[in-house]
Amino acid sequence: MNKLTSLSEAIAQFVHDGDTVYAAGFTHLIPFAAGHEIIRQGKKNLTLARATPDLIYDQMVAAGCAKKVIFSYMGNPGVGSLRLVRAEIEAGRLEWEEYSHFGMISRLQAGATGLPFMPMNPTAADDLQRANPLIRTVRDPYSGDEVIVVPALKPDVAIVHVQRCDRQGNAHLWGIIGEQKEAAFAAERVILTAEEIVDEDVIRSDPNRTLIPGFIVDAVCHVPYAAHPSYTQGYYDRDNAFYLEWDKISSDAAQVKAYLDEWVYGVKDRAEYWQKLGHAVHERLKVAPRPSEIVNYGQY
Amino acid sequence: MTPTYSPSELLTINAARLLQDGDVVFVGVGLPNLACNLARRTHAPNLVMIYEAGVIGAQPARLPLSIGDPTLVSGALSVCSMYDIFAFYLQRGNVDVGFLGGAQIDRYGNINATVIGDYRQPKVRLPGSGGSQEIAAWANRCYVLTPHQKRRFPEKVDFRTSAGFLGGRSERQAHKLRGVGPQAVVTDIGLLEPDENGELTLTALHPGRTAEEAIANTGWALKVSTSLRATEPPTAAELRILREELDPQGIYLKGSA
Repeated sequence: MNKLTSLSEAIAQFVHDGDTVYAAGFTHLIPFAAGHEIIRQGKKNLTLARATPDLIYDQMVAAGCAKKVIFSYMGNPGVGSLRLVRAEIEAGRLEWEEYSHFGMISRLQAGATGLPFMPMNPTAADDLQRANPLIRTVRDPYSGDEVIVVPALKPDVAIVHVQRCDRQGNAHLWGIIGEQKEAAFAAERVILTAEEIVDEDVIRSDPNRTLIPGFIVDAVCHVPYAAHPSYTQGYYDRDNAFYLEWDKISSDAAQVKAYLDEWVYGVKDRAEYWQKLGHAVHERLKVAPRPSEIVNYGQY
Repeated sequence: MTPTYSPSELLTINAARLLQDGDVVFVGVGLPNLACNLARRTHAPNLVMIYEAGVIGAQPARLPLSIGDPTLVSGALSVCSMYDIFAFYLQRGNVDVGFLGGAQIDRYGNINATVIGDYRQPKVRLPGSGGSQEIAAWANRCYVLTPHQKRRFPEKVDFRTSAGFLGGRSERQAHKLRGVGPQAVVTDIGLLEPDENGELTLTALHPGRTAEEAIANTGWALKVSTSLRATEPPTAAELRILREELDPQGIYLKGSA
Protein backbone atom coordinates (compact mmCIF):
# COMPACT_ATOMS: atom_id res chain seq x y z
CA MET A 1 0.00 0.00 0.00
CA ASN A 2 1.32 3.39 -0.95
CA LYS A 3 1.15 5.56 2.18
CA LEU A 4 2.93 8.54 0.70
CA THR A 5 1.21 11.75 1.69
CA SER A 6 2.06 15.32 2.58
CA LEU A 7 3.13 16.07 6.14
CA SER A 8 0.24 18.50 6.62
CA GLU A 9 -2.27 15.80 5.58
CA ALA A 10 -0.61 13.22 7.84
CA ILE A 11 -0.72 15.53 10.87
CA ALA A 12 -4.31 16.54 10.13
CA GLN A 13 -5.40 12.92 9.81
CA PHE A 14 -3.39 11.18 12.54
CA VAL A 15 -2.74 13.74 15.31
CA HIS A 16 -5.82 14.73 17.29
CA ASP A 17 -6.35 17.21 20.11
CA GLY A 18 -5.74 15.49 23.44
CA ASP A 19 -3.47 12.79 22.00
CA THR A 20 -0.33 11.46 23.65
CA VAL A 21 2.42 12.12 21.11
CA TYR A 22 5.90 10.58 21.06
CA ALA A 23 8.18 12.47 18.66
CA ALA A 24 11.13 10.10 18.72
CA GLY A 25 14.89 10.52 18.48
CA PHE A 26 17.61 10.92 21.09
CA THR A 27 19.38 14.09 19.89
CA HIS A 28 19.47 12.50 16.41
CA LEU A 29 16.62 12.53 13.82
CA ILE A 30 14.29 14.65 15.96
CA PRO A 31 11.21 15.30 13.77
CA PHE A 32 11.15 19.10 13.99
CA ALA A 33 9.23 19.50 10.73
CA ALA A 34 6.33 17.49 12.18
CA GLY A 35 6.47 19.49 15.42
CA HIS A 36 6.24 22.73 13.47
CA GLU A 37 3.32 21.40 11.42
CA ILE A 38 1.49 20.44 14.64
CA ILE A 39 2.00 24.02 15.84
CA ARG A 40 0.73 25.46 12.53
CA GLN A 41 -2.38 23.30 12.73
CA GLY A 42 -3.03 24.57 16.27
CA LYS A 43 -3.33 21.15 17.93
CA LYS A 44 -4.27 21.44 21.60
CA ASN A 45 -4.10 19.59 24.94
CA LEU A 46 -1.44 17.17 23.77
CA THR A 47 0.57 15.05 26.18
CA LEU A 48 4.09 15.30 24.85
CA ALA A 49 6.32 12.34 25.72
CA ARG A 50 10.05 12.20 24.98
CA ALA A 51 13.10 11.16 27.00
CA THR A 52 14.53 14.61 26.28
CA PRO A 53 11.82 17.18 25.43
CA ASP A 54 14.54 19.08 23.53
CA LEU A 55 13.79 22.25 21.60
CA ILE A 56 10.94 20.59 19.68
CA TYR A 57 8.76 20.34 22.80
CA ASP A 58 10.01 23.66 24.16
CA GLN A 59 8.59 25.21 20.97
CA MET A 60 5.37 23.19 21.06
CA VAL A 61 4.80 24.11 24.71
CA ALA A 62 5.48 27.78 23.89
CA ALA A 63 2.92 27.58 21.08
CA GLY A 64 0.26 26.29 23.48
CA CYS A 65 -0.06 22.73 22.11
CA ALA A 66 0.59 20.88 25.37
CA LYS A 67 -1.21 20.17 28.58
CA LYS A 68 1.41 17.77 29.91
CA VAL A 69 4.98 16.58 29.32
CA ILE A 70 6.46 13.17 30.13
CA PHE A 71 10.26 13.18 30.22
CA SER A 72 13.48 11.90 31.77
CA TYR A 73 15.90 14.77 31.08
CA MET A 74 14.48 18.25 30.69
CA GLY A 75 17.45 20.28 29.47
CA ASN A 76 18.80 21.88 26.31
CA PRO A 77 21.37 19.14 25.53
CA GLY A 78 24.91 20.42 25.83
CA VAL A 79 23.70 23.97 26.51
CA GLY A 80 21.78 24.12 29.78
CA SER A 81 18.23 24.80 30.79
CA LEU A 82 15.17 24.09 28.64
CA ARG A 83 13.71 27.42 29.55
CA LEU A 84 10.12 27.36 28.34
CA VAL A 85 9.13 23.91 29.62
CA ARG A 86 10.95 24.72 32.86
CA ALA A 87 9.16 28.06 33.30
CA GLU A 88 5.75 26.48 32.70
CA ILE A 89 6.48 23.74 35.25
CA GLU A 90 7.82 26.21 37.82
CA ALA A 91 4.71 28.37 37.35
CA GLY A 92 2.45 25.34 37.80
CA ARG A 93 0.88 25.80 34.33
CA LEU A 94 2.04 22.50 32.83
CA GLU A 95 1.50 18.99 34.15
CA TRP A 96 4.52 16.70 34.14
CA GLU A 97 5.44 13.09 34.73
CA GLU A 98 9.06 12.17 35.23
CA TYR A 99 11.32 9.11 34.99
CA SER A 100 15.00 8.30 34.67
CA HIS A 101 16.10 7.59 31.09
CA PHE A 102 15.99 3.86 31.78
CA GLY A 103 12.52 4.17 33.30
CA MET A 104 11.26 6.15 30.33
CA ILE A 105 12.56 3.78 27.68
CA SER A 106 11.50 0.77 29.73
CA ARG A 107 7.97 2.16 29.52
CA LEU A 108 8.30 2.25 25.73
CA GLN A 109 9.87 -1.20 25.66
CA ALA A 110 6.83 -2.56 27.51
CA GLY A 111 4.47 -0.76 25.16
CA ALA A 112 6.39 -1.96 22.12
CA THR A 113 6.44 -5.60 23.19
CA GLY A 114 2.85 -5.85 24.39
CA LEU A 115 3.73 -6.24 28.06
CA PRO A 116 1.82 -4.46 30.88
CA PHE A 117 5.02 -3.20 32.56
CA MET A 118 8.78 -3.63 32.61
CA PRO A 119 10.89 -4.54 35.62
CA MET A 120 14.14 -2.77 36.46
CA ASN A 121 16.68 -3.35 39.19
CA PRO A 122 16.38 -0.98 42.17
CA THR A 123 18.70 2.02 42.43
CA ALA A 124 18.15 3.03 46.09
CA ALA A 125 17.36 6.58 44.92
CA ASP A 126 13.65 6.48 45.69
CA ASP A 127 12.69 10.17 45.82
CA LEU A 128 11.46 10.00 42.22
CA GLN A 129 9.40 6.94 43.06
CA ARG A 130 7.78 8.91 45.89
CA ALA A 131 7.14 11.81 43.51
CA ASN A 132 5.69 9.65 40.72
CA PRO A 133 3.18 7.02 41.93
CA LEU A 134 3.34 5.21 38.57
CA ILE A 135 6.81 3.97 39.52
CA ARG A 136 6.15 0.99 41.79
CA THR A 137 7.81 -2.07 43.25
CA VAL A 138 6.82 -5.71 42.97
CA ARG A 139 8.35 -8.82 44.46
CA ASP A 140 10.38 -10.99 42.12
CA PRO A 141 8.53 -14.33 42.40
CA TYR A 142 11.80 -16.23 41.92
CA SER A 143 14.23 -14.57 44.35
CA GLY A 144 11.76 -12.76 46.60
CA ASP A 145 13.69 -9.49 46.12
CA GLU A 146 11.98 -6.26 45.17
CA VAL A 147 12.16 -4.94 41.63
CA ILE A 148 11.02 -1.58 40.26
CA VAL A 149 8.28 -1.58 37.63
CA VAL A 150 7.05 1.08 35.22
CA PRO A 151 3.84 0.83 33.19
CA ALA A 152 3.73 0.40 29.42
CA LEU A 153 3.68 3.68 27.48
CA LYS A 154 1.38 3.42 24.47
CA PRO A 155 1.32 6.75 22.68
CA ASP A 156 -1.63 7.54 20.44
CA VAL A 157 0.83 8.56 17.77
CA ALA A 158 4.59 8.19 17.24
CA ILE A 159 6.43 10.44 14.82
CA VAL A 160 9.73 9.11 13.53
CA HIS A 161 12.19 10.68 11.12
CA VAL A 162 14.36 8.28 9.10
CA GLN A 163 17.14 8.41 6.54
CA ARG A 164 15.16 6.49 3.96
CA CYS A 165 12.06 4.39 3.52
CA ASP A 166 9.89 3.04 0.72
CA ARG A 167 6.30 4.07 -0.04
CA GLN A 168 4.96 1.41 2.32
CA GLY A 169 7.02 2.76 5.23
CA ASN A 170 9.70 0.08 5.47
CA ALA A 171 12.38 2.24 7.01
CA HIS A 172 16.18 2.24 7.24
CA LEU A 173 17.75 4.11 10.15
CA TRP A 174 21.38 4.30 11.20
CA GLY A 175 23.48 6.33 13.61
CA ILE A 176 22.01 6.91 17.05
CA ILE A 177 18.84 4.81 17.10
CA GLY A 178 17.71 5.85 20.60
CA GLU A 179 14.08 4.74 20.82
CA GLN A 180 12.58 5.09 17.33
CA LYS A 181 11.82 1.41 16.89
CA GLU A 182 10.34 1.15 20.40
CA ALA A 183 8.21 4.29 19.92
CA ALA A 184 6.88 3.05 16.58
CA PHE A 185 5.91 -0.38 17.92
CA ALA A 186 4.43 1.09 21.12
CA ALA A 187 2.18 3.62 19.37
CA GLU A 188 -1.32 3.20 17.96
CA ARG A 189 -0.46 5.24 14.87
CA VAL A 190 2.90 5.92 13.21
CA ILE A 191 3.89 8.85 11.01
CA LEU A 192 7.23 8.64 9.21
CA THR A 193 9.10 11.52 7.70
CA ALA A 194 12.07 10.60 5.52
CA GLU A 195 15.06 12.29 3.95
CA GLU A 196 14.61 10.02 0.92
CA ILE A 197 11.85 7.84 -0.46
CA VAL A 198 13.49 4.83 -2.11
CA ASP A 199 12.37 1.76 -4.05
CA GLU A 200 11.56 -1.34 -2.07
CA ASP A 201 14.64 -2.93 -3.69
CA VAL A 202 16.90 -0.58 -1.76
CA ILE A 203 15.28 -1.62 1.53
CA ARG A 204 15.52 -5.30 0.56
CA SER A 205 19.23 -4.89 -0.26
CA ASP A 206 19.99 -4.38 3.46
CA PRO A 207 17.23 -5.91 5.59
CA ASN A 208 19.17 -5.74 8.86
CA ARG A 209 18.95 -1.96 8.64
CA THR A 210 15.14 -1.98 8.56
CA LEU A 211 14.14 -1.06 12.11
CA ILE A 212 10.52 -0.25 11.29
CA PRO A 213 8.40 -2.46 9.02
CA GLY A 214 5.88 -0.76 6.76
CA PHE A 215 2.89 -2.68 8.08
CA ILE A 216 2.93 -0.74 11.39
CA VAL A 217 3.21 2.62 9.59
CA ASP A 218 0.20 4.82 8.77
CA ALA A 219 1.72 7.69 6.81
CA VAL A 220 4.93 8.23 4.88
CA CYS A 221 6.03 11.81 4.20
CA HIS A 222 8.97 12.87 2.06
CA VAL A 223 10.48 15.73 4.08
CA PRO A 224 14.18 16.43 3.44
CA TYR A 225 15.93 18.28 6.28
CA ALA A 226 13.01 17.51 8.60
CA ALA A 227 15.33 17.11 11.59
CA HIS A 228 17.00 20.55 11.57
CA PRO A 229 18.24 21.89 14.05
CA SER A 230 18.73 18.25 15.05
CA TYR A 231 20.55 16.20 12.42
CA THR A 232 20.43 13.18 10.15
CA GLN A 233 23.55 11.02 10.31
CA GLY A 234 25.37 11.14 6.99
CA TYR A 235 23.05 13.82 5.55
CA TYR A 236 23.64 16.99 7.58
CA ASP A 237 25.15 18.04 10.88
CA ARG A 238 23.50 19.08 14.13
CA ASP A 239 23.08 22.87 14.19
CA ASN A 240 24.82 23.41 17.52
CA ALA A 241 24.88 27.15 16.90
CA PHE A 242 21.09 27.18 16.83
CA TYR A 243 20.87 25.15 20.05
CA LEU A 244 23.04 27.86 21.66
CA GLU A 245 20.97 30.61 20.01
CA TRP A 246 17.74 29.10 21.36
CA ASP A 247 19.10 29.60 24.87
CA LYS A 248 18.98 33.35 24.17
CA ILE A 249 15.70 33.36 22.22
CA SER A 250 13.90 31.32 24.87
CA SER A 251 14.91 33.68 27.66
CA ASP A 252 12.60 36.37 26.25
CA ALA A 253 8.89 35.88 25.48
CA ALA A 254 8.93 38.47 22.70
CA GLN A 255 11.79 36.72 20.94
CA VAL A 256 10.03 33.37 21.24
CA LYS A 257 6.91 34.83 19.64
CA ALA A 258 8.99 36.43 16.91
CA TYR A 259 10.75 33.12 16.27
CA LEU A 260 7.50 31.17 15.99
CA ASP A 261 5.97 33.87 13.78
CA GLU A 262 8.90 33.89 11.40
CA TRP A 263 10.08 30.26 11.32
CA VAL A 264 6.93 28.25 12.05
CA TYR A 265 3.77 30.23 11.22
CA GLY A 266 5.63 32.28 8.60
CA VAL A 267 6.57 29.35 6.37
CA LYS A 268 4.22 26.92 4.73
CA ASP A 269 6.37 23.81 4.99
CA ARG A 270 9.84 22.44 5.60
CA ALA A 271 11.03 23.14 2.06
CA GLU A 272 10.32 26.83 2.56
CA TYR A 273 11.96 26.73 6.01
CA TRP A 274 15.12 25.13 4.62
CA GLN A 275 15.25 27.61 1.74
CA LYS A 276 14.85 30.47 4.21
CA LEU A 277 17.78 29.22 6.34
CA GLY A 278 19.96 30.13 3.40
CA HIS A 279 23.16 29.10 1.72
CA ALA A 280 25.55 29.84 4.57
CA VAL A 281 23.66 27.56 6.97
CA HIS A 282 23.38 24.83 4.32
CA GLU A 283 27.14 24.98 3.81
CA ARG A 284 27.88 24.98 7.53
CA LEU A 285 25.83 21.83 8.07
CA LYS A 286 27.24 19.87 5.12
CA VAL A 287 28.98 16.63 6.02
CA ALA A 288 31.69 14.76 4.13
CA PRO A 289 30.90 11.14 3.19
CA ARG A 290 32.18 8.23 5.26
CA PRO A 291 30.52 5.09 3.84
CA SER A 292 30.61 1.71 5.56
CA GLU A 293 32.15 -1.34 3.95
CA ILE A 294 29.61 -3.13 1.78
CA VAL A 295 27.82 -6.02 3.51
CA ASN A 296 27.50 -9.18 1.42
CA TYR A 297 24.23 -10.98 2.13
CA GLY A 298 24.97 -13.64 -0.52
CA GLN A 299 22.87 -14.81 -3.46
CA TYR A 300 20.79 -17.81 -2.33
CA MET B 1 58.63 26.24 36.06
CA THR B 2 55.11 25.10 36.90
CA PRO B 3 52.66 25.86 34.10
CA THR B 4 49.51 27.86 34.89
CA TYR B 5 46.11 26.29 34.36
CA SER B 6 42.39 26.99 34.74
CA PRO B 7 40.13 25.35 37.35
CA SER B 8 38.45 23.35 34.56
CA GLU B 9 41.81 22.04 33.38
CA LEU B 10 42.69 21.08 36.93
CA LEU B 11 39.44 19.11 37.36
CA THR B 12 39.78 17.39 34.01
CA ILE B 13 43.37 16.32 34.55
CA ASN B 14 42.72 14.98 38.04
CA ALA B 15 39.66 13.10 36.78
CA ALA B 16 41.70 11.55 33.95
CA ARG B 17 44.23 10.26 36.46
CA LEU B 18 41.48 8.31 38.27
CA LEU B 19 40.81 6.23 35.16
CA GLN B 20 42.61 2.94 34.57
CA ASP B 21 43.66 1.36 31.31
CA GLY B 22 40.89 -0.93 30.06
CA ASP B 23 38.13 0.81 32.01
CA VAL B 24 34.72 0.86 30.32
CA VAL B 25 33.46 4.36 31.09
CA PHE B 26 29.91 5.73 30.83
CA VAL B 27 30.75 9.25 29.69
CA GLY B 28 28.94 12.56 29.84
CA VAL B 29 29.63 15.60 27.71
CA GLY B 30 31.84 18.42 28.94
CA LEU B 31 34.70 17.78 31.34
CA PRO B 32 34.17 13.99 31.75
CA ASN B 33 34.39 13.59 27.97
CA LEU B 34 37.65 15.55 27.98
CA ALA B 35 38.99 13.56 30.93
CA CYS B 36 38.35 10.25 29.14
CA ASN B 37 39.95 11.45 25.93
CA LEU B 38 42.95 12.72 27.89
CA ALA B 39 43.31 9.38 29.69
CA ARG B 40 43.09 7.58 26.33
CA ARG B 41 45.93 9.69 24.99
CA THR B 42 48.13 9.22 28.07
CA HIS B 43 48.06 6.26 30.47
CA ALA B 44 44.84 4.47 29.38
CA PRO B 45 44.96 3.80 25.60
CA ASN B 46 42.52 0.89 25.96
CA LEU B 47 39.82 2.88 27.74
CA VAL B 48 36.36 2.28 26.19
CA MET B 49 33.97 5.22 26.06
CA ILE B 50 30.24 4.48 26.23
CA TYR B 51 27.58 7.17 25.77
CA GLU B 52 24.00 6.95 26.99
CA ALA B 53 22.84 7.72 23.44
CA GLY B 54 23.84 4.12 22.68
CA VAL B 55 27.40 4.51 21.39
CA ILE B 56 30.13 2.05 22.41
CA GLY B 57 33.82 2.64 21.80
CA ALA B 58 33.44 6.17 20.47
CA GLN B 59 36.49 7.92 19.04
CA PRO B 60 35.21 11.47 18.62
CA ALA B 61 37.17 13.42 16.04
CA ARG B 62 35.86 16.72 17.35
CA LEU B 63 34.53 18.01 20.65
CA PRO B 64 30.90 16.87 21.00
CA LEU B 65 28.56 19.62 22.23
CA SER B 66 25.77 17.16 22.96
CA ILE B 67 25.61 13.60 24.24
CA GLY B 68 24.21 12.54 20.86
CA ASP B 69 26.72 14.22 18.56
CA PRO B 70 27.23 12.47 15.19
CA THR B 71 31.01 12.48 15.70
CA LEU B 72 30.48 9.87 18.43
CA VAL B 73 28.94 7.50 15.89
CA SER B 74 31.40 7.72 13.00
CA GLY B 75 34.19 5.26 13.75
CA ALA B 76 32.58 3.80 16.90
CA LEU B 77 32.76 0.10 17.72
CA SER B 78 29.00 -0.28 18.01
CA VAL B 79 25.79 1.71 18.16
CA CYS B 80 22.68 0.33 19.87
CA SER B 81 19.33 1.52 21.16
CA MET B 82 18.95 3.35 24.46
CA TYR B 83 17.17 0.37 25.95
CA ASP B 84 20.13 -1.81 25.05
CA ILE B 85 22.75 0.58 26.43
CA PHE B 86 21.00 0.80 29.80
CA ALA B 87 20.01 -2.87 29.99
CA PHE B 88 22.78 -4.90 28.28
CA TYR B 89 25.61 -2.61 29.24
CA LEU B 90 24.78 -0.75 32.47
CA GLN B 91 22.23 -2.96 34.28
CA ARG B 92 24.03 -6.16 33.26
CA GLY B 93 27.20 -4.89 34.88
CA ASN B 94 29.43 -4.09 31.93
CA VAL B 95 30.34 -0.55 33.00
CA ASP B 96 33.35 0.09 35.22
CA VAL B 97 33.13 3.83 35.71
CA GLY B 98 30.34 6.41 35.70
CA PHE B 99 30.68 10.18 35.86
CA LEU B 100 28.00 12.12 37.69
CA GLY B 101 27.16 15.76 38.07
CA GLY B 102 24.43 17.78 39.68
CA ALA B 103 23.47 20.98 41.41
CA GLN B 104 23.99 19.54 44.89
CA ILE B 105 26.05 16.76 46.44
CA ASP B 106 25.76 16.01 50.14
CA ARG B 107 27.86 14.63 52.98
CA TYR B 108 27.26 11.04 51.88
CA GLY B 109 27.67 11.61 48.15
CA ASN B 110 23.97 11.65 47.27
CA ILE B 111 23.31 13.88 44.27
CA ASN B 112 20.46 16.22 43.38
CA ALA B 113 19.99 17.01 39.69
CA THR B 114 16.20 17.35 39.90
CA VAL B 115 14.86 20.25 41.94
CA ILE B 116 15.71 22.96 44.45
CA GLY B 117 12.83 23.32 46.90
CA ASP B 118 9.67 21.23 46.92
CA TYR B 119 9.20 18.75 44.06
CA ARG B 120 5.61 19.77 43.29
CA GLN B 121 6.21 23.50 43.88
CA PRO B 122 9.75 23.82 42.58
CA LYS B 123 11.84 26.88 43.38
CA VAL B 124 14.29 25.90 40.65
CA ARG B 125 13.47 23.05 38.34
CA LEU B 126 16.64 21.28 37.14
CA PRO B 127 16.86 18.88 34.16
CA GLY B 128 16.37 15.68 36.19
CA SER B 129 17.99 12.27 36.20
CA GLY B 130 18.73 11.44 32.61
CA GLY B 131 20.96 8.43 33.05
CA SER B 132 22.37 9.31 36.45
CA GLN B 133 19.97 7.41 38.71
CA GLU B 134 21.05 4.09 37.23
CA ILE B 135 24.69 5.02 36.62
CA ALA B 136 25.13 5.86 40.31
CA ALA B 137 23.69 2.48 41.29
CA TRP B 138 25.17 0.12 38.75
CA ALA B 139 28.50 1.43 37.45
CA ASN B 140 31.22 -0.37 39.42
CA ARG B 141 32.53 2.97 40.67
CA CYS B 142 31.57 6.62 40.19
CA TYR B 143 33.30 9.96 40.14
CA VAL B 144 31.90 13.46 40.47
CA LEU B 145 33.46 16.62 39.07
CA THR B 146 32.24 19.89 40.55
CA PRO B 147 33.41 23.34 41.53
CA HIS B 148 33.89 23.56 45.29
CA GLN B 149 31.13 25.93 46.44
CA LYS B 150 29.12 25.87 49.64
CA ARG B 151 25.76 25.96 47.85
CA ARG B 152 26.74 22.85 45.90
CA PHE B 153 27.74 20.97 49.06
CA PRO B 154 24.76 21.04 51.45
CA GLU B 155 24.56 18.77 54.48
CA LYS B 156 21.59 17.06 52.81
CA VAL B 157 20.36 17.34 49.22
CA ASP B 158 16.82 18.62 48.55
CA PHE B 159 16.10 15.58 46.33
CA ARG B 160 18.05 12.36 45.91
CA THR B 161 18.25 11.99 42.13
CA SER B 162 20.97 9.39 42.50
CA ALA B 163 22.25 7.43 45.45
CA GLY B 164 25.60 7.93 47.07
CA PHE B 165 25.85 6.24 50.47
CA LEU B 166 22.29 7.37 51.43
CA GLY B 167 22.56 7.98 55.23
CA GLY B 168 25.87 6.14 55.55
CA ARG B 169 27.82 3.27 54.00
CA SER B 170 25.85 0.52 55.75
CA GLU B 171 22.60 1.89 54.32
CA ARG B 172 23.89 1.60 50.76
CA GLN B 173 25.26 -1.86 51.48
CA ALA B 174 21.83 -2.97 52.70
CA HIS B 175 20.44 -2.23 49.22
CA LYS B 176 22.93 -4.66 47.60
CA LEU B 177 23.48 -2.40 44.60
CA ARG B 178 26.08 -3.72 42.22
CA GLY B 179 28.19 -0.52 42.20
CA VAL B 180 30.27 0.57 45.20
CA GLY B 181 29.16 4.20 44.89
CA PRO B 182 31.05 7.48 44.56
CA GLN B 183 34.78 6.93 45.02
CA ALA B 184 35.97 10.50 44.61
CA VAL B 185 34.62 14.00 44.21
CA VAL B 186 37.12 16.11 42.29
CA THR B 187 36.84 19.84 42.98
CA ASP B 188 39.00 22.83 42.15
CA ILE B 189 40.34 22.72 45.75
CA GLY B 190 41.10 19.04 46.09
CA LEU B 191 39.62 15.56 46.34
CA LEU B 192 36.90 14.31 48.65
CA GLU B 193 36.73 10.56 49.18
CA PRO B 194 34.32 8.49 51.30
CA ASP B 195 35.59 7.31 54.68
CA GLU B 196 34.61 4.02 56.33
CA ASN B 197 31.11 5.43 57.01
CA GLY B 198 30.70 6.72 53.46
CA GLU B 199 31.17 10.34 54.59
CA LEU B 200 32.97 12.52 52.05
CA THR B 201 36.28 13.56 53.60
CA LEU B 202 39.03 15.83 52.34
CA THR B 203 41.85 13.51 51.29
CA ALA B 204 43.91 15.61 48.88
CA LEU B 205 44.63 19.23 48.08
CA HIS B 206 45.65 20.73 44.77
CA PRO B 207 48.83 22.83 44.68
CA GLY B 208 48.47 26.07 46.64
CA ARG B 209 45.07 25.20 48.17
CA THR B 210 44.36 24.78 51.88
CA ALA B 211 42.13 22.62 54.04
CA GLU B 212 40.66 25.82 55.51
CA GLU B 213 39.42 26.84 52.05
CA ALA B 214 37.82 23.44 51.54
CA ILE B 215 36.11 23.57 54.95
CA ALA B 216 34.87 27.14 54.36
CA ASN B 217 33.32 26.09 51.03
CA THR B 218 31.55 22.98 52.30
CA GLY B 219 28.08 23.01 53.86
CA TRP B 220 28.80 20.39 56.50
CA ALA B 221 31.62 20.04 59.04
CA LEU B 222 34.11 18.64 56.54
CA LYS B 223 36.53 16.11 58.01
CA VAL B 224 40.15 16.28 56.94
CA SER B 225 41.95 12.99 56.45
CA THR B 226 44.89 12.34 58.76
CA SER B 227 46.82 11.28 55.67
CA LEU B 228 46.02 14.39 53.62
CA ARG B 229 48.07 14.34 50.43
CA ALA B 230 48.91 16.80 47.67
CA THR B 231 47.93 16.18 44.05
CA GLU B 232 50.63 16.43 41.42
CA PRO B 233 50.32 19.68 39.48
CA PRO B 234 49.09 19.35 35.88
CA THR B 235 52.01 18.55 33.61
CA ALA B 236 52.92 20.44 30.47
CA ALA B 237 52.12 17.30 28.45
CA GLU B 238 48.60 16.97 29.92
CA LEU B 239 47.89 20.66 29.33
CA ARG B 240 49.19 20.49 25.77
CA ILE B 241 46.88 17.59 24.86
CA LEU B 242 43.87 19.34 26.39
CA ARG B 243 44.57 22.71 24.78
CA GLU B 244 45.92 21.73 21.39
CA GLU B 245 44.12 18.47 20.63
CA LEU B 246 40.94 18.15 22.67
CA ASP B 247 39.48 21.62 23.22
CA PRO B 248 41.46 24.05 21.08
CA GLN B 249 38.70 26.67 21.23
CA GLY B 250 38.52 26.45 25.01
CA ILE B 251 34.79 25.74 24.98
CA TYR B 252 34.93 23.76 28.22
CA LEU B 253 38.41 24.48 29.54
CA LYS B 254 38.42 28.26 29.73
CA GLY B 255 35.55 28.26 32.24
CA SER B 256 35.93 28.39 35.98
CA ALA B 257 34.78 24.69 36.12
